[in-house]
Amino acid sequence: MVSNLVKRYEDVTAVDGLSFEVGSGEIFGLLGPNGAGKSTTINILCGLLEPSGGEAVVLGYDVQSDSTHIKERIGVCPQEPAFYSHLTGKENIELIADLHLVPRGEGRRRTDALLDLVGLGEASSRRVGKYSGGMIRRTSLAMALVNDPEIAFLDEPTVGMDPQSRRATWDLIRDLKKRGRTVILTTHYIEEAEAIADRVGIIDHGKLIALDTPGNLMREHGAGNLEEVFIELTGRRIREDV
Amino acid sequence: MKDLKRVIREPANLFMVFIFPVVLTMAFGAAFGGFGSGGGASTYTVGLVDLDASSNHGFAEAFVAGIEATGALIVEVYADNATAHDDLLQGTIDAVVVLPEDFGDSVESFLLHPDDPGQWVNTTIGLAVDQGSMIVGAAVPPMIQGVLASILFGEAAMDVAIPLELGAPAQVASSHLTQFDYMVPGMFAYSAIFTAMLVAQAFSTEREQGLLRRISLTPTSSSEVILSQVVTNLILGVGQVVVVYGTSLLMGFRPEAAAPGIIYAMVIVLFLVLCNVGFGLITASMVKTSGGATGLSFIFILPQMLLGTFVPASPGLARLVPSHYVTDALTSLFLRGAPLSSPVIMTDLLIVAAVGLATVAVGIVVFQRYGRG
Repeated sequence: MVSNLVKRYEDVTAVDGLSFEVGSGEIFGLLGPNGAGKSTTINILCGLLEPSGGEAVVLGYDVQSDSTHIKERIGVCPQEPAFYSHLTGKENIELIADLHLVPRGEGRRRTDALLDLVGLGEASSRRVGKYSGGMIRRTSLAMALVNDPEIAFLDEPTVGMDPQSRRATWDLIRDLKKRGRTVILTTHYIEEAEAIADRVGIIDHGKLIALDTPGNLMREHGAGNLEEVFIELTGRRIREDV
Repeated sequence: MKDLKRVIREPANLFMVFIFPVVLTMAFGAAFGGFGSGGGASTYTVGLVDLDASSNHGFAEAFVAGIEATGALIVEVYADNATAHDDLLQGTIDAVVVLPEDFGDSVESFLLHPDDPGQWVNTTIGLAVDQGSMIVGAAVPPMIQGVLASILFGEAAMDVAIPLELGAPAQVASSHLTQFDYMVPGMFAYSAIFTAMLVAQAFSTEREQGLLRRISLTPTSSSEVILSQVVTNLILGVGQVVVVYGTSLLMGFRPEAAAPGIIYAMVIVLFLVLCNVGFGLITASMVKTSGGATGLSFIFILPQMLLGTFVPASPGLARLVPSHYVTDALTSLFLRGAPLSSPVIMTDLLIVAAVGLATVAVGIVVFQRYGRG
């Protein structure tokens, strides 16, 4: 639950009075152009940034006072993947499992399963420093899910992926929902938000300018897609699509 | 484990942690010690210019034979003074001895009239030593003097009967030690000092690459991450002690201390490692890039290197750096044969332990406050 969330940096207000709620087992998309405040919002919800104002509660815990409890239950795929280049893909994922205090045997089992799911089975024994951009993204996604989080925060998870990998990722996200997991993902890909999100919050200049299911948003604004909804609301294009 | 794997899989780190200490020890061992032996004596090359034109040239020949008989001086004969001095300036030889043209006459005059200085032919033997070596300046003139004395007074020249006798220095047996032996204690400290740079680089790199942020998204706290780095470097420190010790033995080092001494060496070096982990954390907190961390870490490395390893330094200044106490303790243990319980060894250990624990604690606090980015 996010209520009047604000984040200011000196002379810039990155998040400006954001309010929304995400239900359990929902795929919630935050859609907006680059610099809209999507990643800042995610970083606040994950406990990486302190808000300048407002309130944010994740799984019943306040992000400012109970961030450790939140981190035990969430998985995060950051916008900029971070990995140890001298470790293999498998070792990076197992390391995150260790840091999430997943028992060693269970961590290894989940790592193997995730590597197959994201299509990195063969490459998992190579050092991540030698991976392509798409492979790095898939490793980052696996790292986010190895602790079987209740909520998965996926910040631009399919950037740099080829269309086949992108669609495989969408299937993986839908599978998370089927297993009762909640997904909060940010994207600037219109098609992605339309394809997988149960509800979409459209953000621009730090403000939430629309929030509903993709279908309702398009009907409400007489649009054929969410890009047209954005244009209707802001007069501008989001700029990129799949 | 990730940090141990970084050392093993990244050649630059592997070099700094293990290969550099081996190369350094072997290089110094080859340069200053006897390879594979218990340490041989040094020899010095003396350029001899024999200008003796007297009819008693046998004394000059006896002088040359006497110099060679020392075993420490090797004679190289020169035809003229200028060439000999030129080679001395080039460092090709260690000293030049010029026998004057009336050398033989002078010796004969003394032997014929030992108690009548009025009958002596006075002359001067020229002696020049390598100005670039303190050891040559201290060692060669007395040896030449001794040879002269034996020519004038015979082989028993130094055996003068007196009622006073100097006891054999049983406490400190140093006559068999080479320069390399004196350097080995400092090598243990040397290998631990560079931990500061490795830790500073590791944390700066992880911060630059967003890895510290990534880790902060997990329940694992930053102090646990830092402690894991501390443990990793302690493990590497043990490895470094083993590597330096093994290489020193190969190069001819034979310490006085046995197994307990080696264990003590590991303990005190580990505390120095701890200290330098702290320095590394402080450095990483002060810079934004890993390149900057490498450079700035030398603020902590250079004083320890120059004041506390095997470079002769002012004792007052040396006491300001933790590596001095490690070198001092290991010198007492390995070279002087002091027992583990001796006050100087225990004091040195306590100082390094206190400094190590304090520095790493300060480093953790400073890094958590300013260094995580």
